Amino acid sequence: MKLGVLYSGGKDSTLAALIAKEEGYEISCLISIFSSNIESFMFHTPSIKKTGIQAEVMGIPLIVQNSEGKKEEELDDLRRAIFRAKEDYGIEGIVTGAIGSCYQASRVQKICRDLNLECFNPLWQKDQTEILEDLISRKFEIIVVGVFAYPLNETFLGRKIDLSFVREMEVLEEKYKINVAGEGGEYETFVLNCSLFSRQLAVKSFEDSGNGNSWRREVIVE
Amino acid sequence: MILLINICKERLHYFEFVKPIEDILKKNRANYFVRHYKDIKNCDLENAEKVIICGASLKDFDFYNNWKSFDWIKSFEKPLLGICGGAQILSKMFGGELKNSFAVGLDKINFEEKCFFGLKGKVEIYQLHQLGFKKVGRNFEKLAISNFGIQVIKHKKKPFYGVLFHPEVRNKSMITEFVKNG
Repeated sequence: MKLGVLYSGGKDSTLAALIAKEEGYEISCLISIFSSNIESFMFHTPSIKKTGIQAEVMGIPLIVQNSEGKKEEELDDLRRAIFRAKEDYGIEGIVTGAIGSCYQASRVQKICRDLNLECFNPLWQKDQTEILEDLISRKFEIIVVGVFAYPLNETFLGRKIDLSFVREMEVLEEKYKINVAGEGGEYETFVLNCSLFSRQLAVKSFEDSGNGNSWRREVIVE
Repeated sequence: MILLINICKERLHYFEFVKPIEDILKKNRANYFVRHYKDIKNCDLENAEKVIICGASLKDFDFYNNWKSFDWIKSFEKPLLGICGGAQILSKMFGGELKNSFAVGLDKINFEEKCFFGLKGKVEIYQLHQLGFKKVGRNFEKLAISNFGIQVIKHKKKPFYGVLFHPEVRNKSMITEFVKNG
């Protein structure tokens, strides 16, 4: 079956794509929504425009859809992008990296149903510590590019997802109820390398912006 | 040993509809084994102390075209929990009818004064189904309803339970209770 992956450039959508490929599915295209609403509940925004280079090193075409990110209207943008994927690449299903967000998952499910597409969420309800440990054991190279919850701050930007990061997140989960894998939007990531990539990406430069407990890093990668 | 029955047509859906239930069982140190509904043998049913029939995706109609594969339910006597598609199968095996009833997302159901494997009063649930109950199977009673119709059914004589919603999302303890006390 040909699938399109809703792709943010982060760890969850990349892992979901890898699992789909491992299970024998063809990833025909990636679909990224470039939302101008940096506070979107639906779409990951930090460093989103770098998904182009990730798609390039994966050798998979990328469909980009711009969105103003207005709540619920942004779903029309997502629907348009998925429809394009169906028309242009003949996809029969969509893959997402949704873990526990019923808000996101239910909206994507509705769109898929309307477009007569299957919907796959291979990380659904997975334990978040296990997801991070799985990523590490699979030798993913991932950095943090956005933080949006107390007590996370700018010192987390650029941090690699490794075992010490996982242990630190577990302590924060215990104390502050942070989702270990950032499923509640606490932090966003960018994948620099994994087995889907033909080569490692390197951060050439970056620009940070934010204040308090809300920070984002826009990376330039090569 | 708990027998988990996978009714998904696509192997990628195992991660979404079967694995979350496996994880609940593992967390509670319950022994289990998984079989696809097309591969169930008599020895599996004999070895199982209880059975959970997992759900499937909105577009998955494969099991609807293979009702014969579930004939074993008619003579089964051990505790059985059907989730979503699994609940539809249960009802269908006893003459129940289904109808179009699309629902996805969070909703609330009210068990009122009843207690269903630890769930009571108003409970938040996650729905993902294309079909619902038009008429429940023989000897099944309705235990809870929502704006989308009948959500929970129970056989009056056998330990058979069906939930149209997906407890593995918002009501994990319900599955734990079924495993311990079902």
